[in-house]
Amino acid sequence: MTPISIAWNRFGLGGRPQDQQPDNPERWLLDQFERYDPRPAAIASQPNSTEAIQSYLGIRTIRRMARESGAEDRGQQQIREVRQTARRNYVQAVAARGAQAVESDAPFAERMVYFWSNHFAVSVQKNQLRGMAGAHEFEAIRPHVLGSFRDMLRAAVLHPAMFIYLDQFQSTGPNSQIAVRRRRRGRNEAGLNENLAREILELHTLGAQGGYTQADVTEFARAMTGWTVDGTARARRAATLPNGSAWAGYMHEPGSRTVLGQTYTQDGHEQSLAILDTVAKHPSTAKHVATKLVRHFAGDEPPQPMIARLERTFLESNGDLPSLYRAIVESPEAWTEQPVKFRTPWEWSIAIMRATGGSRMNARRFVRMQQELGQVPWGPPSPQGYPDTSSNWAAPDALIRRVEVAAQIAALSREGDIPSLARHLFQDGLNDSTATWISRAESPEQGLALLLSSPEMMRR
Amino acid sequence: MLSRRNFVLSSILAGSASLALPRLAVAQTATSKRLLFILQRGAADGLATLAPVADPQFNALRGALAEDYDGVGLSGGLFALHPSYENVGALYSQKQALFVQAVASSYRERSHFEGQNVIESGGATAYSVRDGWLNRLLGLIPEQDIRALALSPSIPLAMQGAQSMSSYAPTALPGADKDLMARVGRIYESDPELGALFAEAQKTRAMAGDTQMRNLRDAEKVGGLAASLMIGAGAASVMMIESNGWDSHAGQRGQFSRQARQLDALLGAYQQSMAAEWNDTLVIVATEFGRTVKLNGTNGSDHGTGSAAMLLGGAVAGGKVIADWPGLRQNDLFEGRDLNPTNALEAVLAGAVAGHFGLDPELAMRTLFPARSASPVEGLIRT
Repeated sequence: MTPISIAWNRFGLGGRPQDQQPDNPERWLLDQFERYDPRPAAIASQPNSTEAIQSYLGIRTIRRMARESGAEDRGQQQIREVRQTARRNYVQAVAARGAQAVESDAPFAERMVYFWSNHFAVSVQKNQLRGMAGAHEFEAIRPHVLGSFRDMLRAAVLHPAMFIYLDQFQSTGPNSQIAVRRRRRGRNEAGLNENLAREILELHTLGAQGGYTQADVTEFARAMTGWTVDGTARARRAATLPNGSAWAGYMHEPGSRTVLGQTYTQDGHEQSLAILDTVAKHPSTAKHVATKLVRHFAGDEPPQPMIARLERTFLESNGDLPSLYRAIVESPEAWTEQPVKFRTPWEWSIAIMRATGGSRMNARRFVRMQQELGQVPWGPPSPQGYPDTSSNWAAPDALIRRVEVAAQIAALSREGDIPSLARHLFQDGLNDSTATWISRAESPEQGLALLLSSPEMMRR
Repeated sequence: MLSRRNFVLSSILAGSASLALPRLAVAQTATSKRLLFILQRGAADGLATLAPVADPQFNALRGALAEDYDGVGLSGGLFALHPSYENVGALYSQKQALFVQAVASSYRERSHFEGQNVIESGGATAYSVRDGWLNRLLGLIPEQDIRALALSPSIPLAMQGAQSMSSYAPTALPGADKDLMARVGRIYESDPELGALFAEAQKTRAMAGDTQMRNLRDAEKVGGLAASLMIGAGAASVMMIESNGWDSHAGQRGQFSRQARQLDALLGAYQQSMAAEWNDTLVIVATEFGRTVKLNGTNGSDHGTGSAAMLLGGAVAGGKVIADWPGLRQNDLFEGRDLNPTNALEAVLAGAVAGHFGLDPELAMRTLFPARSASPVEGLIRT
């Protein structure tokens, strides 16, 4: 690969026919921080998470009322409508993300959005998330992608979508006001749910080997009690945040908490925020984040010296994300000539759309295509997010599907001079065999399908 | 009054009868064995699959749904198989199906998502293990050329991990024309990785043939397709199919019947198409957890704990129900609402695959389901 093709493909989302080849690829990448738009029009017009939560909670209310009144059929019908709306919103959000990816002049920054969105994964495999998974990325990730890790951590894990995804919104301190009151009335004791606290430590900050214990998880979970979502019965008297989260002090476990050897005596939500701030700048977090970033840009076997440099940058800059991106761009390991990665389905599908001058697909078809390729946005199988190693994507049926999608996209395209396009996208990195077979193609359409299926296009 | 202990005893005796004759067949290589794992996503109701019709509480708890089992009990037993499972019932009569009732993984909460993670990863808790038990199983089978295939667009968690896995699913994508495929193949010739993947995919697709299928919705066709990929040269020895749609919170009677009929059609078509290979086949049908014992206000059931699993195939020591029946009285229930699990699903899975592939059961248990202390269940497979 040439430096330009590395900038376009490894760091970005693939070149477009109209893209000027940059004189200085490194500068081209870093300048994107100025061009990046956290809230482009297509995304700003999507429904926000507050609306989505209301429709999710609506299902719970409808179900309860239907049960109480015996009007089950009507309840079912209403639930169907709410779900249809959520599905429609999901399709629109995926399409908006796709359109932004194809149009963006700051593709490196967009790639960082996907990286962090996957790091702080929520998943529509939990049906309730369907209407708000897009909002999580648009509201919690996009605005902070050029900010600090601490701020993004707060925004991502204290978002209602995350609270619902990892069961935080019902987690209640066993000695909270509400639990004590319920016990006095002989009702079931409300309980703690450790799910989110565990994943924050394991996936979002310190990492599985980050040096925390089960006791730390439980203590952190106790500190997190009180965080819930606006609109639930429990949150009726809670203080609400603009993003649809809410703080219900009466669900919070009173007292001081000790996490990772440090004691937190703060009142209310200040306690969990203080713990989040501590783990946000923890050396294990620096290592965990650095390793993931290096694996993303320098290959499945992340080179240790680069990890060490990024760790240092993370700690010295106090988790300043642009400083980390600069350190990646300045790392020779990220500029090796051989491709370092098999593109994920999302990366590949966006790259072929950019190469062919955009998409003439409607939103539903675009989502179906992502489903056929195996990586719909916000749909990973677990809170760990989609895997970021080549072997997970380089699967036999997946490859053949890409060729089929390539043929479809080529049929929709009106590109004419395919050999020139191939040379433009990959410069001297274009393989002889790809160039030869493109030149022998029986039509521009077939030539384009070959280009989109080529090894150069599959990897970055 | 029904005695739970007596019942257990009688089912164990029924099972051991088939062990009386020494096996005369020549030893077979592990690769002639076939394993099909079907995961019912959404928590299939085990009390609907295999209804405890002779339990005195059953009729009252299940209301109109209990009528489905009138006159369909398994001979002389506590249980009745749901009438939609016609093919499965026939296999049971031929001693090629067995059921495990009141079974659950180690998971005791009620999230589908976590429950499926536990049963697919084989971890004792959700997200504690990152790869899948079927993938680790492949590592235990000594043969090098064994193939595993997910009948799915991508590889499900149960099959993810270090061992290489293939995936195949019919798609609505218009197939690329032969000429283009040939030319893509020529480009990949100079690329070892893509060349191998492309060849593998074409091999699997050729085996599947022109199915005329656009997806995996027609259960009977899926059964035939699965079989076609598991017989003949280069066939898959291990396959996984995901069966969705078992989450029956409302109007369960119709939904469950439809689901069961579909799965039964899949299994029937699969058995038919496997022909002689059926004798070396083990099919495991399992779900992430069960459903509440009492029906809810919308004639459905909510997320519960104990459920039922099915083992089918010519390799199965069938014709019995394995159940340490916990009973359905209020005090017998788990948290006052769910069927109390008395069998560890992991122990059934480990015991079954160890018996089938001739592996050390303890090693299988340790490898496939680390952090689970239950002993693998033996005697599930004909020996």
